[in-house]
Amino acid sequence: MPALIAIAPESRLVGHHRPWPRAVANAAGWIAVTETLADRQRTLLGLWGEADAVHMAVFDEADGTVGVISLEGLEGNYPSVARRHPPALRLERALRDLTGLEPQGLPDSRPWLDHGRWTLRFPLGEKAIRPAEAVPYKFLPAEGESLHRIPVGPVHAGIIEPGHFRFTANGETVVRLEERLGYVHKGIEGLMTGADLGRALQLAGRTSGDSTVAYAYAFSRAAEAALGLDIPPRAVWLRALMAELERLANHLGDIGAICNDAAFSLMLAHCGALRERVLRAADAAFGHRLMRDRIVPGGVVADLDEAGAAGLRTLLAEIRRKFPALVDLYDNTASLQDRMVGTGILVPDLARLYGAGGYVGRASGRAFDVRRALPYPPYDVLRFDVPILDQGDVNARIWIRIREVEQGLSLIEQILDQLPPGPTRHDVADNGEVREGMAVVEGFRGDILVWLRLAGNRVDRCHLRDPSWFQWPLLEAAIEGNIVADFPLCNKSFNCSYSGHDL
Amino acid sequence: MVLIRDLLVQVVQMALVVALAPLLTGFVRKAKARLLRRRGASVIQPYRDLSRLLRKEAVVAENVSWLFRMAPYLIFAATWVAAAVIPTFATGLIFSWTVDLIAIIGLLGSARFFLALAGMDVGTSFGGIGSSREMLIATLAEPAMLLIIFAVALIAGSTQLSTIAAFMTSPQVGLRVSLAVALIAIIMVAIAENARIPIDNPATHLELTMVHEAMVLEYSGRHLAMIELAAMLKLLLYLSMIVCIFVPWNIKGPEAGYPAYLVGFASYVVKLAVGGAMLALFETATAKMRVFRVPQFLGAALMLGLLATLLRFVSRSL
Repeated sequence: MPALIAIAPESRLVGHHRPWPRAVANAAGWIAVTETLADRQRTLLGLWGEADAVHMAVFDEADGTVGVISLEGLEGNYPSVARRHPPALRLERALRDLTGLEPQGLPDSRPWLDHGRWTLRFPLGEKAIRPAEAVPYKFLPAEGESLHRIPVGPVHAGIIEPGHFRFTANGETVVRLEERLGYVHKGIEGLMTGADLGRALQLAGRTSGDSTVAYAYAFSRAAEAALGLDIPPRAVWLRALMAELERLANHLGDIGAICNDAAFSLMLAHCGALRERVLRAADAAFGHRLMRDRIVPGGVVADLDEAGAAGLRTLLAEIRRKFPALVDLYDNTASLQDRMVGTGILVPDLARLYGAGGYVGRASGRAFDVRRALPYPPYDVLRFDVPILDQGDVNARIWIRIREVEQGLSLIEQILDQLPPGPTRHDVADNGEVREGMAVVEGFRGDILVWLRLAGNRVDRCHLRDPSWFQWPLLEAAIEGNIVADFPLCNKSFNCSYSGHDL
Repeated sequence: MVLIRDLLVQVVQMALVVALAPLLTGFVRKAKARLLRRRGASVIQPYRDLSRLLRKEAVVAENVSWLFRMAPYLIFAATWVAAAVIPTFATGLIFSWTVDLIAIIGLLGSARFFLALAGMDVGTSFGGIGSSREMLIATLAEPAMLLIIFAVALIAGSTQLSTIAAFMTSPQVGLRVSLAVALIAIIMVAIAENARIPIDNPATHLELTMVHEAMVLEYSGRHLAMIELAAMLKLLLYLSMIVCIFVPWNIKGPEAGYPAYLVGFASYVVKLAVGGAMLALFETATAKMRVFRVPQFLGAALMLGLLATLLRFVSRSL
């Protein structure tokens, strides 16, 4: 943080913000930090607002520090970050929709999450009754001879989440793709305000169903940071165990699903069966297939017994036995490789600029994994590799997942071997003070950020930032120049969350 | 009396192809499911689907012309006529003398023509994409098919399927390289024509990758039933055609009598099952190719067809 203070000298530190410092700056300090983002000295981790304040979390890759910078006492506007740093664009459009704060100088005046169908405007700011009519959404133009537009969604033919994709194509070649999201906005941050910790945790765990463990993990860590709460050692390890099981299940499912989008259903069938084994073992061990609501502030509510641990070891043995054959099948099927290699290339420069997390960033040369870059226990003592590739194509994103499955197997084994005995949960005391906490946790998609302010045991403001915020825009870049029929393949290899993004 | 018998055989043939087509599709789906170690739907599921569709209301877009409503019936009729004249269990069908191989390709071509028009008529982008891709495939598949027919006709001395089948079972056919080449080519064309993997995926839900399914996205109810049944008939037709040209054993003419018909029917069912199982196996083992690879795939079929024809001119014994 001294670094951030040096950039924004007029700022003052907020005492009750943990574990990383938060500084309240003036406009000049805010702009100075924005410039360091534009100069690529720092990476944007998150940007969120309140009725009269905006906060920005930044990460310094050089010295591995995180800091939050805030502008408070705003009167309806603040200097735009996206004006200088494009990755903040959608965050600022969403911020405006939610709080009514106007980012000064933002080049895009269109709404993002608010489609004009909410009953009220600015739910997190000065609430206003919505004017009756919704303005038609203007998609960005693409001009040229023989271009045609293909609107896809928001309702799709398969059982997937809703999102609209507007393609401009020249024959089969995609000239421009523009996404429109926000169809599954649930108002989670609005519901969080005033909720007690138990209810807020449930809300956090429902932000994106496939990452429910990671969200509960991040929320609990943020709440514990705010309250200065220690958790029992056994809970620390059990949390990591659940997080790794979730990652394993999702990666296995993704590998099969991507191949299925190239009409190679054999991989889906086998990977689907393995994923199901993981879910059943998780059910046997923790009492819920997706391990939802098992991690809570203060610890975990499900303990692992002997039978559960034995079930997990059997699972590891089964995956170790079957998975290599599937990797060979993937690698040796020429028709499949022909579809995957060289498709949907994301250039490393963009991945770095957007701070893309997870397999999207790591397949494009960005060596960032929260478990390594901002380690939290027990990952500081666990041994694992962070696989990195630079090709940035669909094939690379699959290989990152394959490598992470292998790492995950080893991590689960280490955790089972070293799991300490003892209690699994501490009580959360209510001291009535205003505290702020923040946590970044590696979900299977990438880094999930949770920031919250607690007033006693009630949530005053909680912000959840899904990794997809920085991955969705990159999908638009990756598809350019590919053919329309390859979009499902690229999309599935990114596998961004609609629900986590729309919040 | 002879006329009545011939008419009867022809009527049985027409009923047979319609009755067997959903079963073949159901069998291929079942075989694929078993290969993926899934249980799969029953082989009679396509019949249930069709009867469900026939009972359902047909929702038609407001902006479509008469063509959209007529196309399903035209497509079905053209495909049915084509399928009805291919010797399956008996040669010398009474109608088959009026329709030779080239006319069958013509019938299928007109069915495709109406389907592509209907895909564009509704005015959605997916219909347009599907029609344009279908036409890309057709422009390459049809010449390849014609070349294959020329190769076979040059050897058998006729484009008439009954005559070809009779010639192929006679001793004078011998071992011919050009026939083997033609067989490979016709299998490739059949895969493309029937929208199977690797050209198209009949089971996909991804709108952007569809070819055949994209054209029929807007159809529902009885219209969709007609189109689905036509697609099933087309699969049966191509399989029957390959069987009739290349393995026409036990397909006897009218002189052989009724018991021969029964033997012919039984062996036809066995051949279909073998063909369907091979299709399922092939589809499971391969991924779908990029749209722009399709011309290469069909170009290879075209070249093989050409090779088969040329070999015939180079040497009478090839």
